[in-house]
Amino acid sequence: MKGKKYEGLLYITPWLIGLVVFTAFPFFASLFFSFTDYNLMSSPNFVGIDNYKTMFQTELFWKSFGITMSYVFITVPMKLAFALFIAYILNFKLKAVNFFRTAYYMPSILGGSVAVAVLWRFLFADTGLVNMILALFGVDSISWLGNPDYAIFTISLLRVWQFGSPMVIFLAALKNVPESLYEAARIDGASKVKTFIRVTLPMITPVLFFNFIMQLVQAFQEFNGPYIITGGGPLNSTYLFPLYIYDNAFRYFRMGYSSALSWFLFVVIMVFTLLAFKSEKHWVHYTEVE
Amino acid sequence: MAEVVLKSVEKQYPNGFKAVHGIDLEIKDGEFMVFVGPSGCAKSTTLRMVAGLEDITGGEIWIGDKCVNEVQPKDRGIAMVFQNYALYPHMTAYNNMAFGLQMSKTPKNIIDQRVREAAKHLEIEDLLDRKPKEMSGGQRQRVALGRALVRKPDVFLFDEPLSNLDAKLRVSMRVRIQELHEMLKAEGVPATMIYVTHDQVEAMTMGDRITVLNAGRIMQVDTPMNLYRKPENLFVAGFIGAPSMNLVDGEIVEMGGKVFVSIPGGVLPLPEEKAEKVRSHVGKKIKFGLRPEDIIANEVHEGGEGFVTGSVRVVEQMGNEEFIYFNAAGTQFIARVNPEQVKNIRKGEDYRFWFNLAKCHMFDLETEENLTL
Ligand SMILES: Nc1ncnc2c1ncn2[C@@H]1O[C@H](COP(=O)(O)OP(=O)(O)OP(=O)(O)O)[C@@H](O)[C@H]1O
Ligand SMILES: [Mg+2]
Repeated sequence: MKGKKYEGLLYITPWLIGLVVFTAFPFFASLFFSFTDYNLMSSPNFVGIDNYKTMFQTELFWKSFGITMSYVFITVPMKLAFALFIAYILNFKLKAVNFFRTAYYMPSILGGSVAVAVLWRFLFADTGLVNMILALFGVDSISWLGNPDYAIFTISLLRVWQFGSPMVIFLAALKNVPESLYEAARIDGASKVKTFIRVTLPMITPVLFFNFIMQLVQAFQEFNGPYIITGGGPLNSTYLFPLYIYDNAFRYFRMGYSSALSWFLFVVIMVFTLLAFKSEKHWVHYTEVE
Repeated sequence: MAEVVLKSVEKQYPNGFKAVHGIDLEIKDGEFMVFVGPSGCAKSTTLRMVAGLEDITGGEIWIGDKCVNEVQPKDRGIAMVFQNYALYPHMTAYNNMAFGLQMSKTPKNIIDQRVREAAKHLEIEDLLDRKPKEMSGGQRQRVALGRALVRKPDVFLFDEPLSNLDAKLRVSMRVRIQELHEMLKAEGVPATMIYVTHDQVEAMTMGDRITVLNAGRIMQVDTPMNLYRKPENLFVAGFIGAPSMNLVDGEIVEMGGKVFVSIPGGVLPLPEEKAEKVRSHVGKKIKFGLRPEDIIANEVHEGGEGFVTGSVRVVEQMGNEEFIYFNAAGTQFIARVNPEQVKNIRKGEDYRFWFNLAKCHMFDLETEENLTL
């Protein structure tokens, strides 16, 4: 019995080591560093809450935080709506539905990669494919990445385009809505739109909630896209908070300050997640499906 | 108020399977019609075509004076109660009932009035604020019934509404549905009801008439009593009644001008009335059928001919009656007897069983039609 116990532990050791070395240790280390002036070169000195004070007095901090908030509030709803819309369509009994499912999932696999971010840069360049297509319709070329007003939107779009994984989850949820409810709704005389709003949507709220939290957390941490495509520009208009953290850590080597920033972001994500959980009982319907 | 008429209705599913092969049926205004038949015989399919949930691939369905082939379910004047209740899980009982009326933009006060009225009839006033998961199966089905009721439909459609309930609840719900039917009639707004079940007792007790279906075809449409006493064919004879009719191979023979039926365990003289019906089949093989209650065990009958000797295999005591399973010439029969009259039948012994041949049925082997009607 006792031997068995240790054997079990042995099996999870790789994971355990990963957790300690790459998650738990940096987690607590960063908390510690956030109260120091650590700069990679010299040993850290304790500076109290100076880093946090500085943070709130820095203009760029507020700007970056504001950009992140608007990025999150553009991206998450758009992505969820898009994922749900495509899932809804794929849920019809179409021919070749498997092909479409795969096709729509592809961007999610590719999307995280640096190569696609590079591709995105070319697509939305001033002389890129998007503008070329628009030109066919007589639309003047748009400075997708050069105009501070559009750049954040273009960056958002990259995320939205990776709607595959929430879509697959939505699709599974849609499939779980019993057919007889739709039949009851037909007899009750509900239109397609009404049925979607009054029956389908409430039925999938648990999954909507799950997807919302996942996307929210991911969006707050977005880094790759803006880093590669715009580098935070133009005029810092896509300078998302993780970029600000990165620059402080690896360009200015202000590890202490950057740790404090990370902890700020952590708390923000925490607060939003908690708010979401608080709101849950008002709109999420957990139902047994017969 | 509407009669429902099916004219040569056919259904072929998209996968090519033909589930319904031309059904002709007239259901009268205000009638309680039961569809019964074995699993897969297309009871649900037929009902769902009346509801408009399935397309009709041939023939016509009329509700009232309208051909409804192309009419949406909501405009057919029907309401449906499903086996799994199909209540909207996220809505309260009240909203479940109100939903349809909300969709048709009925004024709020009228909705409220109708919902409360229905809730009162069904004794679910206390449940109106509850969601389906906070209710028992019987309560859910009453809400589902309420949802149908508030629509004030001309035709109620039920697809095995009670089969998810336990036996006791099933009886009380059965009575409730019958009362509902009576109540609507008494109020001067009789509703036609079509009720699908595979439960014999439900079929026999509820239906004004019963449609017996098999493999997408109508076998017989008649009152419960007629189905029981005068089954038109072998299928109905075997399907209706529990325990079911004894059906054994037999042959019609003529000896000295008298007609007999030869079955395992004996050659029995047919009464004149039956003999007339099967005289044309002399020398032919037939199916012989006799209900268990028309077999009389030993003691009550004195002498005479027309008995079979069988050895008793099992005696099932039901309290008010007994089922005696016996073997005659390798064929099993079942007799249903009154325990008051037949006291000391014991397992493993041989007895004489008299067959009340005035009640027997004989079926042509090819057409399977009842020759003795
Ligand atoms: N969507 C479908 N596609 C193809 N065949 C179907 C479909 N639905 C039902 N069937 C077939 O049609 C026949 C009739 O089905 P139906 O559901 O009407 O039977 P039922 O009499 O209601 O049976 P049960 O008592 O089991 O509910 C069955 O053989 C069934 O397999
Ligand atoms: Mg069925």
